Amino acid sequence: MQTKPVNQKAWFLVLPVFLLVAFSALIPLMTVMNYSVQDTFGNNQFFWVGLEWFEDILQSERFHDAFLRQILFSALILAIEVPLGIAVALCMPTRRFWTAVVLVLMALPLLIPWNVVGTIWQVFGRVDIGLLGKALYSLGVDYNYTQDPLSAWITVVVMDVWHWTSLVALLCYAGLQSIPDAYYQAARIDGASRWAVFRHIQLPKMKRVLLIAVLLRFMDSFMIYTEPFVVTGGGPGNSTTFLSIDLVKMAIGQFDLGKAAAMSILYFLTILLLSWVFYTVMTSGEGNGRATRRRGRADA
Amino acid sequence: MARIDLRGLAHSYRPAPRGRADYALKRMDMTWRDGGAYALLGPSGCGKTTLLNIISGLLVPSQGQVLFDDEDVTDIIPEDRNIAQVFQFPVIYDTMTVRQNLEFPLRNRRVPEPEIAARVAEIAEALHMTDDLPRKARGLTADAKQKISLGRGLVRRDTAAILFDEPLTVIDPHLKWLLRSQLKDLHRRYDFTMIYVTHDQTEALTFADSVVVMHEGAVVQVGTPTELFERPAHTFVGYFIGSPGMNVLPCEITGASARVGHQTVPLARGYAPSGGKVELGVRPEFVRVDDGPDGLAAQVTDVEDVGRYRIARLRLEGHPMAAILPDGARLDGHTTRVGFDPAHVNVYVDDHLVEGEA
Repeated sequence: MQTKPVNQKAWFLVLPVFLLVAFSALIPLMTVMNYSVQDTFGNNQFFWVGLEWFEDILQSERFHDAFLRQILFSALILAIEVPLGIAVALCMPTRRFWTAVVLVLMALPLLIPWNVVGTIWQVFGRVDIGLLGKALYSLGVDYNYTQDPLSAWITVVVMDVWHWTSLVALLCYAGLQSIPDAYYQAARIDGASRWAVFRHIQLPKMKRVLLIAVLLRFMDSFMIYTEPFVVTGGGPGNSTTFLSIDLVKMAIGQFDLGKAAAMSILYFLTILLLSWVFYTVMTSGEGNGRATRRRGRADA
Repeated sequence: MARIDLRGLAHSYRPAPRGRADYALKRMDMTWRDGGAYALLGPSGCGKTTLLNIISGLLVPSQGQVLFDDEDVTDIIPEDRNIAQVFQFPVIYDTMTVRQNLEFPLRNRRVPEPEIAARVAEIAEALHMTDDLPRKARGLTADAKQKISLGRGLVRRDTAAILFDEPLTVIDPHLKWLLRSQLKDLHRRYDFTMIYVTHDQTEALTFADSVVVMHEGAVVQVGTPTELFERPAHTFVGYFIGSPGMNVLPCEITGASARVGHQTVPLARGYAPSGGKVELGVRPEFVRVDDGPDGLAAQVTDVEDVGRYRIARLRLEGHPMAAILPDGARLDGHTTRVGFDPAHVNVYVDDHLVEGEA
């Protein structure tokens, strides 16, 4: 092994980025850390409390409930949006003109500001004037998102599916487009069924973009705030109070800064941990592939 | 394995083709002998791949029929056609092992397990890949992947023909000859009808017992490498095969002599007068320089040394031409006298070879 010369000047070049990240992320994070281990009674007096806030949060039933709701919500979102997105991508029209039309239509929900999405669905689902709410009500369906927790959940989940499935579909479509025609031709000659083509060609080739899609959808759904806040405000009761809504209530509603800071940190760590788990699980097969490739080269 | 006949075949990618120019493949009749090794040679865009895809069934021709052993398969889908195809870029199923890749076409056809195992073992042995069977196919090199694509065709007992679409494009040069000789062995052993598309003339000439040259959607000549070299049926074949290509000189012909500009070239045979564009074709190998006082006057514009031999670039009556210089030959000055070997001078009318009268 030869030691490469190290050029210390490189540090100067990354300095601007360090500063930028420090101001935009590290310093705010440190402030939150600071709050999480202290208590304050206003007038800028702080008292050291150690890990008390963390213990408080971890033992609080309110946090447990919000956490479980959050996990359930993200699980539902991934379980619906990923397969649906793949299905939509597979069904994309082949004619160039229609592809363009469908792509633009699909991109529209992604361009709408989040609180507007909330407002749209808030009105859409209203039993008195909303198209959806009133239609369901007239059909005799017991739907009312302001009073019935199940209706509220359905509304919030469907809204998110409407808002974000396009993203998964667009990513998958890009992945599918990168598959050369020869693969489909070879599969036809090999007598592969539609399912075999999906299982052995399309799915493996989409793996990379699916990883991105799953990570993006997981992180975004785990941090969801605006849309459910606008539609249900976390209700009825606490039935749609997800972690971020709970956090905001605690920090701004109750002004429990220390507790909220502790919760923020736990929230952040959870997202980091789960994202890492997703990434590791989804890329686990590839390590082998790389190792064999190296071995293959050595043999040749 | 099977004989393949193309009857009145033509194809256009346009829904309503009008003129000849609209056809990617001009009307043709052809027979591919059972067990023959054919090379389909031509520049990019000449319709080679179109023809190949029609034979494999990936494309349905606008006109004409494809017959496998006299059975019309024109409307039969590729999977039912008993054809295998190896593509330019290796197609393998990434997530499968080499064994699963080879098993794939058999499993899709619900072949019984014991037969699958036996076939895969046999083909893996023939490909020298037995040790690689348990390996993930993704990790292999391009040449191994290409062998797997071929193996997926060979593994089926009923394969009528194997089509190759420039299969060595992505293979390292030093592995090309190895793969080529392995392919030749496999062809000898399994005796499949082989159609090999390439734009590389060396590859085509070393490979095939018959070379099919295509130009602008039409087959211009089918012949052995020697025939293509000595009697190109079309000026394009003369130009495309050989390096440098055949010299083509506009001329006028009366009887057994041709006039190029103000000079006369003797011919081996007499030719009846004809209309159209008349040209002489003579390969640089059959052009003598420094031919003595009876030769044709030509200007020397350049001498290129390409390693194995030297090429003289000349101008005869203003027309550019080339000659291969014999070892030790010297070209001094700017002019020389050239002579053609009459037996190797071909006459073309409107680009097509015409036979003279004895």
